[in-house]
Amino acid sequence: MEVSSDKEYIYDAAELDRHEGQVIEEVKAGSREIIPDPDAWLDEDLKRNILLTSVDWVLDWARRSSLWTAICFPACCAFEFIAAEGPRFDMSRFGMEILRASPRQADLMITAGTLTWKMAPNVRRIYNQMPDPKWVIAMGACGISGGIFRSSYSVVPGYNRIIPVDVYVPGCPPRPEALIYAVQMLQKKIGKEKAVPDLPKFSNPLQKGKK
Amino acid sequence: MTVALSAKEIISQLNAKFPGAAEEAGAVSVLVKSDSLPAVAEYLKTAEGLKFEYLNYITAVDYYSYFEVVYQMTSLESNRSVVLKTRCYTRDNPTVPSVTRLWQGADFQEREIYDLMGITFEGHPNLKRIFLWDGFPGYPLRKDFNQ
Repeated sequence: MEVSSDKEYIYDAAELDRHEGQVIEEVKAGSREIIPDPDAWLDEDLKRNILLTSVDWVLDWARRSSLWTAICFPACCAFEFIAAEGPRFDMSRFGMEILRASPRQADLMITAGTLTWKMAPNVRRIYNQMPDPKWVIAMGACGISGGIFRSSYSVVPGYNRIIPVDVYVPGCPPRPEALIYAVQMLQKKIGKEKAVPDLPKFSNPLQKGKK
Repeated sequence: MTVALSAKEIISQLNAKFPGAAEEAGAVSVLVKSDSLPAVAEYLKTAEGLKFEYLNYITAVDYYSYFEVVYQMTSLESNRSVVLKTRCYTRDNPTVPSVTRLWQGADFQEREIYDLMGITFEGHPNLKRIFLWDGFPGYPLRKDFNQ
């Protein structure tokens, strides 16, 4: 296989630092606005009062019952998450327990902890590497809004500046029960999702002549 | 428990060895001039009876009119510790000699002070930002830092 030569590799340490700084500044400049939560379709569905098809139901059941989590634990909320994983609280009762070291095998990101601007490009990269469909739970006060570090010079004020968030769990840190409840809320949300897209309406040739 | 060495004890030794280097001696700390810091630090580390071979920490304080860099060393032999301070009175480009030559552990801490307080350590082998990214405006732990 031929190695593509269009990517330039950086070997110089000072150049690497400069490049990193540029990437962070770009991410920072591009995240002044809050990314809206992906829940517009929820209202829409309720308004239209559309029932899910059985295919949707089966797909949603499969998706919500096997939420695999990407490892993204920048700070102390991770310990609460580890407790929730452990035998005492045992998230695996609900099929939400498998932690994937590779984001390519994960469909849920639980953002356990304070996010600094220096880490933000990497978290966005992890999110981008996750295959669709994917969901995000913002865990803890820092994940929601930056928490007590909100006015700090180095902390991202909420994960929704970087990635779209589905469920927010308040707490500093949240109890493991709260986290399990949040995953259950997310499962409910996934259960309402239309997994099969709307097909374009074709005219039925058999029904054409009839009235 | 480690006993803090009285500054009175050490100041007489320092005055005998380096006249004019020590500016003042507090209750537990010795304040030295920044240009004589490497020699004093080396003396404290190597001299017989002192042997402050373990560097506990380096930190820096912003007092508006000057920056103070604080070193604490412990002698594992005699189980005593000492606090050494030095000051730089300029805000534009404060400079203090590096002690990485004596204690390797000073490397990252001096980089941290450089990153957050903006104090340059002369003679440091790899002085660049350690926590913040390249291009961050200003030094956030200075009292006059505004976002």
